[in-house]
Amino acid sequence: MSYSNSRILLSSQREGQVSRFRAWVIAVVPLLAILFQVYVPLFFQFLSFLELPLLVVMYFAIMRRNQIGALLLGAVVGLAQDSLSKNPLGIFGIVNTLVGYFAASVGMRLDVDQGVIRLLLSFFFYLFHQLMKWVLVRALLGEQLAFEVQKTLILALLNAVVGVSLFHFLDKLRERS
Amino acid sequence: MEGFLNRYRSITVLLLVIFAQLILVAVGAKTKQDVRLIRVWSITAVSPVARFLEGARGGGIGFLRRYVMLHDAENENRRLRDENGKLKLDNIFLKNELSRADRAKALELFQTKTASKAVAATIIMMGAGSNSKEVFVDRGTTAGIMRGMAVVTPDGIVGIVRAAYPTASEVLLITDPDFAAGVISQKTQARGTLKGEGTTICRVDYVPTEDKVEVGDWLFTSGDDRVFPSGFPVGIVKSVRASQPFQEITVEPVGLKRGLEDVLILTEAVHQDIPTTPTGNQPIYIAPPPPLSGAPLTEVPSGSAGTEADKLRSIYKSVGESQSFTYGGDPGGRTPDFTKMPVGTNGQVTGATKPAPPPAPGASPTLGTPGQASPNPATPPVSTNPQPPTVRRSNQSAGAPGPGGPPHQ
Repeated sequence: MSYSNSRILLSSQREGQVSRFRAWVIAVVPLLAILFQVYVPLFFQFLSFLELPLLVVMYFAIMRRNQIGALLLGAVVGLAQDSLSKNPLGIFGIVNTLVGYFAASVGMRLDVDQGVIRLLLSFFFYLFHQLMKWVLVRALLGEQLAFEVQKTLILALLNAVVGVSLFHFLDKLRERS
Repeated sequence: MEGFLNRYRSITVLLLVIFAQLILVAVGAKTKQDVRLIRVWSITAVSPVARFLEGARGGGIGFLRRYVMLHDAENENRRLRDENGKLKLDNIFLKNELSRADRAKALELFQTKTASKAVAATIIMMGAGSNSKEVFVDRGTTAGIMRGMAVVTPDGIVGIVRAAYPTASEVLLITDPDFAAGVISQKTQARGTLKGEGTTICRVDYVPTEDKVEVGDWLFTSGDDRVFPSGFPVGIVKSVRASQPFQEITVEPVGLKRGLEDVLILTEAVHQDIPTTPTGNQPIYIAPPPPLSGAPLTEVPSGSAGTEADKLRSIYKSVGESQSFTYGGDPGGRTPDFTKMPVGTNGQVTGATKPAPPPAPGASPTLGTPGQASPNPATPPVSTNPQPPTVRRSNQSAGAPGPGGPPHQ
């Protein structure tokens, strides 16, 4: 990594470096994130606020900088979440697809190795994720889902903090160029 | 195309994936009415297109039919005109049938209410000649019709049977110059002879100048002619002119007012009273009385119902019953003491405006039975009309007072 830590915006896409992961990492990490989301809160209720699948999708998207790969990964993870939830198939899928696409798009322009950027992106995409989910549920299913702004902001902050730590751990799984 | 897809590959894939997942949501989700979203979306998406296509198709075909393909219009117009004419004829026929049914009903009602026996007949043809005042009816001697019988309708007299044949009869109408009938004024009882003039108006002869007859007076048959029983409406006085020694009076006959189709031929004439109230052309409908059971507040005492004669009859009946007297029993037996009449608070006999004189001593206070006439034709029979007031009023309106009229003179 030869670019400066003080720069946030990249001058061109070539300036950013594409991270590579092994295939099993891309397969196993999202799976573990989903398992964590459905299993751990059984024992630790307070951890139910964590949206690890979202953070994982976002991480791979911003790090790999591949829009198609990111949206497909988001779609798969989202559909897996849908299949484990009461929602009809497609709600989480659409949201995570959009998150993956936009995160990959943003990752091309930003220096996503900086902690602050990761924190801000995690915070923002968590909000985006919740807002899109609320819109889709209301628009497609006609359900009156409440959107608590204050609570959502706090959870977004918590997820962003956890996301920064998680991203730091996932950085260890990158292939060395 | 390939360059376009390469350039926008990622956004295309995004849209495809989003669309695919939308389909998934639509297939999996249901609305509150338990209908899958995919069905709702499909119908919502397709129906406007279908409506537009149908509108365009209908508009196009309608335009073609209305403005381009007009070759059938003339034939269709002719066919519709013919059909319209046929429907008009049908309408006239049905109206005539309805009118005939109404007349038949009125005739039947009149026949049941009048005391005279009558045979209903239908006009089948007119007498020959343009000014003919004769008609032929479909009843003849086989139906009991005889020469000289009176022909009437519920509105009034129509004519007289001039000749009776086995299957038909010739009727001389009231407007024929050869027709004559005895009439009497309702108001002043002035008597005269009605004669036809060959027009729609008749004249009345032999009314002395000193007898008072006014325009608008009703004339009834007097029974003097021995053809028409008394009490049948004849007509309304249209003009009166003083002359010597008799007045010149013209009358508009009422029997022919509504045209002639069905008539009654009186086979057994019974004289009737001349009605004292103005005669209407239409019978008046009077609703049946309300049920008395369970409604004591609305119960009307029997003595206060009906005419004065009815009230007197009920009083005499109650006096006789209170003294254990049986009406219609031994004529030479005991008579009730009518001096013990029930007296009201104002000193009058209860139920009557005037105290009625008791019958002559020794005479049986016969109350009369329906259809019973006086044995002596020279003596006016006691009015023993058994019909309720509503029936009598209806008969009067139809020109048929109840039975028990003045004697044949």
